[in-house]
Amino acid sequence: MLNLLGDFIGELRAAGIPVSMSEHVDAARAVEVIDLGSRSLVKATLAATLVKDGDHLPVFNTAFEVFFSTRSWESAEELFSDELQRDAEREGAPGASGAGPGRGQGSGSSSMSASELSELLFRALKNGDMEALRAGAGEAVSRYAGMEPGRPVGGTYYLYRTLRSLELDALEERLLSDAQRPHDDGLAERLAHDEVRARIAQLKAEIEREIRERLVEDRGSQALAKSVRKPLPEDLDVMHANREEMAQLERALRPLSRKLAVRLARKRRRRRRGPVDLRNTVRRSLSTGGVPLDLRFKPPRPAKPEIFVIADVSGSVASFARFTLHLVHAISSQFSKVRSFVFVDGLDEVTQLFEGVEDPADAVARINAEADVIAFDGHSDYGRALMTFHDLYAKDLTKRSTVLILGDARNNYHQAHAELLADLHYRAKAVYWLNPEPTNYWNSGDSIVSQYAPYCDRVIECRTLRQLEAFVGELA
Amino acid sequence: MSALDPREELAQRLGLATVPPVRFDSPAEVQKLLAEHDYLSDDAIASVTYLADRLAKPVLVEGPAGTGKTALAKAVADAIGARLIRLQCYEGLDESKALYEWNYRKQLLRIQAGRPEGAGSEEWHHLEEDIFAEEFMLTRPLLEAISASDPVVLLIDEVDRVELETEALMLEILSEYQVSIPELGTIRAKQIPMVFLTSNNTRELSEALKRRCLYLHIGYPSVERERDIIISRVPGISRALAEQVAQVVRSLRALDLKKAPSVSETLDWARTLVVLGREEIGDEDAAATLHILLKYQSDIERASKELLGRSRPVA
Repeated sequence: MLNLLGDFIGELRAAGIPVSMSEHVDAARAVEVIDLGSRSLVKATLAATLVKDGDHLPVFNTAFEVFFSTRSWESAEELFSDELQRDAEREGAPGASGAGPGRGQGSGSSSMSASELSELLFRALKNGDMEALRAGAGEAVSRYAGMEPGRPVGGTYYLYRTLRSLELDALEERLLSDAQRPHDDGLAERLAHDEVRARIAQLKAEIEREIRERLVEDRGSQALAKSVRKPLPEDLDVMHANREEMAQLERALRPLSRKLAVRLARKRRRRRRGPVDLRNTVRRSLSTGGVPLDLRFKPPRPAKPEIFVIADVSGSVASFARFTLHLVHAISSQFSKVRSFVFVDGLDEVTQLFEGVEDPADAVARINAEADVIAFDGHSDYGRALMTFHDLYAKDLTKRSTVLILGDARNNYHQAHAELLADLHYRAKAVYWLNPEPTNYWNSGDSIVSQYAPYCDRVIECRTLRQLEAFVGELA
Repeated sequence: MSALDPREELAQRLGLATVPPVRFDSPAEVQKLLAEHDYLSDDAIASVTYLADRLAKPVLVEGPAGTGKTALAKAVADAIGARLIRLQCYEGLDESKALYEWNYRKQLLRIQAGRPEGAGSEEWHHLEEDIFAEEFMLTRPLLEAISASDPVVLLIDEVDRVELETEALMLEILSEYQVSIPELGTIRAKQIPMVFLTSNNTRELSEALKRRCLYLHIGYPSVERERDIIISRVPGISRALAEQVAQVVRSLRALDLKKAPSVSETLDWARTLVVLGREEIGDEDAAATLHILLKYQSDIERASKELLGRSRPVA
């Protein structure tokens, strides 16, 4: 068990969850006093001792599924053997699910016909019968996934194949028409709909679990853990996030910006000593016979910086720009002024969209619809954007202004106009360039970071929310 | 090296004569005891509560507002028949409000009362020892929990509201169950209290604090659990209505709202429906009572559009 625990913690650390030495010790002591026969108890124990952040729980759950799959749980001695599940792959272990003979192989000597299977799933879903659902999921995987032993994949492909063959949409339709009663009004209809959807999601999760367990049997926990490992939300690469990850990022952003705002506000309040307030000190000294025993200080008035954000909102970098704008505006109370500009090949000021809205996310959502950013062909043109900005707004820059430029500097072979950036740099306090591309892609293809870099105080690789938060926190 | 049982080890360090007996035999028993006190737990909650007792470690409970974090501590206190000592945290909470404070007035009285008998340095020495005794101390919640001899449950509520410095004050208690007072020495716990900390996650707690605690995340309950919670907490509600309420709330939480309805708001809503004598939720009732679940006008508008919009006549 201790070896298994060690491997498991290694995987958590590899996935980015910080597990300290003392937490490792706690977990080891905790598993000594609990009943190892209960999987849910072991899971709760490990979660309570190793994971100290709610956002990390999904990653923990995935790793747990891989290392402590339900199948291996059935024989307790496996737990204590330091060999992982590989040698536990015995034929005919009584599985809770999927007793079909084609396990791990896929191709179809199955005992059920396709219509029987879909009938089974339909009834299981309708009655909310978990046992039958599990059996159905196992059957479906044997039948449709076509799993080949030894292939180093994470299982997404198998999941996709199974789901496609199952025709879940038809199943959903059927469940819906079944659940509907003639006199239903809007609310009841909606509830029935949500209920069906929740059950379908359950089926999907069940299938995913089934596939994962077969993969563990095939390749062993550690190998699989590596291929199903998902980054923590704050480590997701913003530019290459898929739709689901994007939703995850959106969710992570709000608490992140709130925490950042709280932290910065505290930091500002805590620096409390301004210069000596002579007038107040003398006034106080009257009560001690003119001896200034008690020095008074002026309240601190640290200069709040002015921020000009200039963001490329074309195609691939758009989501990055949106996140940054959101974050900067969420903590706008830490700045004396925030002005935002977005561009593709034309440039438009969007500051007014953020005025008077409670939630910056609302304003960010409106940018796409309302900002006038395309002047010609809709390919980003940094030179033209800089020119427009320089013409219209350069006069507003002072020695207290910080300019943030967000973008990948992929200029589509247009003119760079780096000399304009040089002038902006001269007028402003600082110019920072945040690039959402990895450093080794810079200056490849049409990326011209190096032409702008001499006129920036710093060019920063900013691919994840963590990096973004760190930078914005430093700024205020 | 033979590893000591965590409770034994702590008892030894605290110098207790006997190891306090374990309060719960198994997570199942926790679940049962809590259910008897109207708190429906799930596997994770029961397991972590059991572990907290078994390992003698504090529990840090995190999750959205109104999901029963504070209620858990109360229910545990009720279930084991212990006194609940609560420290409500706020910004600016300091040592003198959380730990202890010298009773300055009483000390002053003592000094004045002692004065006429003579003022030698010998006298002063006695006096000094005297006025820094426990008698002149005002115990605040943390110290009270440590020095109590009856069974107690310590609840440190909304710990994310205090500053980092105040958080550090709690570390000694959380890991060693003792308080060091410069004038008096170290006060050790006379028993092992159960400690719950709750946090709404408005700021990142320090690693040091997290490391000393077991972590429990309480999210929104599943439909089935929420239904059972409603049935147990709202007298006179039918099972069908409870189920429907739970489903509506789940659908609401799936929407992108500013403030998703919490369990306590769900209970308020269920009570309202019972008072109104409804057996089923129709569109009209839902529209009329949505403001109990949702606290922002924009959320209410959005929810009625999404949930009721389809068949609703344009009024």
